[in-house]
Amino acid sequence: MSTFILLTITGLGLGAMYFLIASGLSLIYGLMGVLNFAHGAFITVGSYTTWWTSVHVFEGVHSNLWHFILSALLGLLMGGIFAALVELILIRPLYARHIEQVLVTVGLQLAFVALVQGIWGPDPKSFVVPQWLHGTTDVAGAHIPNDRWIEITVAAIVLVLLQLFLRRTRYGLIIRAGVENRAMVQALGIDVRKAFTLVFAVGGVAAALAGVLSGVYFNVVGPEQGTSLLIFAFIVVVIGGLGSIGGSAVAAVVVALTQQYTNYYASAGIGDMVVVLLLGVVLLVRPRGFAGAVVGGRA
Amino acid sequence: MTRRRLLLDWVWPLAVFVALAFVPKLGFSIPKLFDQPISSPGTLTVLSACLLFGALALTYDIQFGYTGLLSFGHALYIAVGVYLSNIAITEWHWSFWPSILFTMGVAFVLANVLGYVSLRVSGIAFAMVTLAFAQAGAVLALKDPHHWTHGEEGLGADYTKLPKALVGIANTKNLYWLALGFLAAVFFIVRWAVESSPGRVWQAIRENEVRVEVLGLRPHAYKLQAFVLSSTLAAAGGIVYMLLYNGSSLGVTQPNFTLVLLLMVVIGGAGSRWGAVLGGILYTYLNDRLIAVGSSSAVEGLPHVLRTPLEQPLFLLGVVFILIVVFLPGGLAGLVARGRPSGLRKLEEAIRPGGATGGVVENPMTESQEGV
Repeated sequence: MSTFILLTITGLGLGAMYFLIASGLSLIYGLMGVLNFAHGAFITVGSYTTWWTSVHVFEGVHSNLWHFILSALLGLLMGGIFAALVELILIRPLYARHIEQVLVTVGLQLAFVALVQGIWGPDPKSFVVPQWLHGTTDVAGAHIPNDRWIEITVAAIVLVLLQLFLRRTRYGLIIRAGVENRAMVQALGIDVRKAFTLVFAVGGVAAALAGVLSGVYFNVVGPEQGTSLLIFAFIVVVIGGLGSIGGSAVAAVVVALTQQYTNYYASAGIGDMVVVLLLGVVLLVRPRGFAGAVVGGRA
Repeated sequence: MTRRRLLLDWVWPLAVFVALAFVPKLGFSIPKLFDQPISSPGTLTVLSACLLFGALALTYDIQFGYTGLLSFGHALYIAVGVYLSNIAITEWHWSFWPSILFTMGVAFVLANVLGYVSLRVSGIAFAMVTLAFAQAGAVLALKDPHHWTHGEEGLGADYTKLPKALVGIANTKNLYWLALGFLAAVFFIVRWAVESSPGRVWQAIRENEVRVEVLGLRPHAYKLQAFVLSSTLAAAGGIVYMLLYNGSSLGVTQPNFTLVLLLMVVIGGAGSRWGAVLGGILYTYLNDRLIAVGSSSAVEGLPHVLRTPLEQPLFLLGVVFILIVVFLPGGLAGLVARGRPSGLRKLEEAIRPGGATGGVVENPMTESQEGV
């Protein structure tokens, strides 16, 4: 039983990261039809900025909570700025050429990983976090690592904030309408391009946050970490339905828990395989995902 | 077939491949391009890899460039060639030719099954399904449930079972000829396939799938043909890869392997035979060479900020790729061939002889005479 609880809460922690990455991917695809491979780079910007700041500005000792929070905030800021710049410089000139936009983000992702490897080396860096995060809390006999609570809480807050933003603000309204029918929004005389930059920035911040949390979760940051998280986030996006934040949240939990349980109870690695096959099945049986727009319907 | 096409599509390529066959006989060296003499095993190995990747890029181009299918799972079929042939030989102790035949058979069946399923969706969804299947293959090779692939260690080939002529440093030139022969075979098969009547439908699907349906054809069957041809040739390339590198390792199963093929095809020029081949050759050569440049004395002297990116071939090639996508659609080949008639126009002309509707066609008569 205690193993099951540990698996469940660890799965939720992993699902939290999937959700943070998938929410941005999902909005970007829903609104613009771009499958954004460069999201992996946004994750890396977040995790490496936080790591770099903590080592070079605060001299490596993260036991100070405020230093950690400041480093992380800087990471989020950089993630957002980087993502907005990517949209303005690389995606916008290729407006409405979806395949080329995907290709550019693929190129950016590959080049960025190579650049990070060139500057800081291919080995993962140890990510120092406040002392409390190294401890465990006992829940019904299971020793739960404390960082899992942070991941789950942060993702829940982001989910609520995103929903509020989408439902209560004018830009949220434009984004939701754009996901449903972009041509109609433009016909009403609204400049959707501002919304494009905005979803990239929001997605970039969320991805950077996932990067910071992945550092907390794995205790290291590495150049390839973003890519490996990205593949599962893609799966979450597609299963959850493109353009649907709620769908992404549900799918993130389903995917992460399936992965955790199967990896433990069946055999390590089988969980990853079950999840990718789940994606294949969902796409073929129900191309819309749990909720949201038709996949590939906008080609 | 006109005389011009005969020359361009068959005679010139054949002449180029025959000329390339004499490369291992060259005694001199080209100092800036290669460290060692041309006929040395070191240089020949690099050249063999270039030729092989030229061929692999071309197999990917059948799907991406000619049919407009963006797959992120092409590596799966290459990996089947690389791993299955080696497992049959080394782990199951089969002899060489049965292993090869078995591998090709499995690849053909697998391509049919997975292609049939994946092609039920299109566009980005197709890309995701292919990525998922390839990822499943990658996990299988990594986790190695039957102790066949040896996971991260990789599986060295049992060289006693391989043909004698393909083993050992002294026989590097034979491996070079094998890679060259494979490239030539793929090149002519692709030429034959894309100019056949189904091949024209592939290109029409790339241009506008709905119009192909309106013309009364079923795109799914044609896309499956292109997918199976491309994947089966990729598996054959995988076998050559296994022979060239004397075994199998996990690199070929990774999603990045497919992405690199995509880079090659786009840099060279999608939908162009020479483009894809040159893209593959150039990419492989630069990837190998830039590492040497990165550690050369000229770069050593540069400040740190400039030096670091120069030492990372994938960074430079990725940047080149982005620039080409943004500024040079059609890649390097696009520089040469501007304004050729598109695939859809060719198909429409083929179906209605002489019925070029609007648009400037270079020579409607010769195009329609080649018809379906």
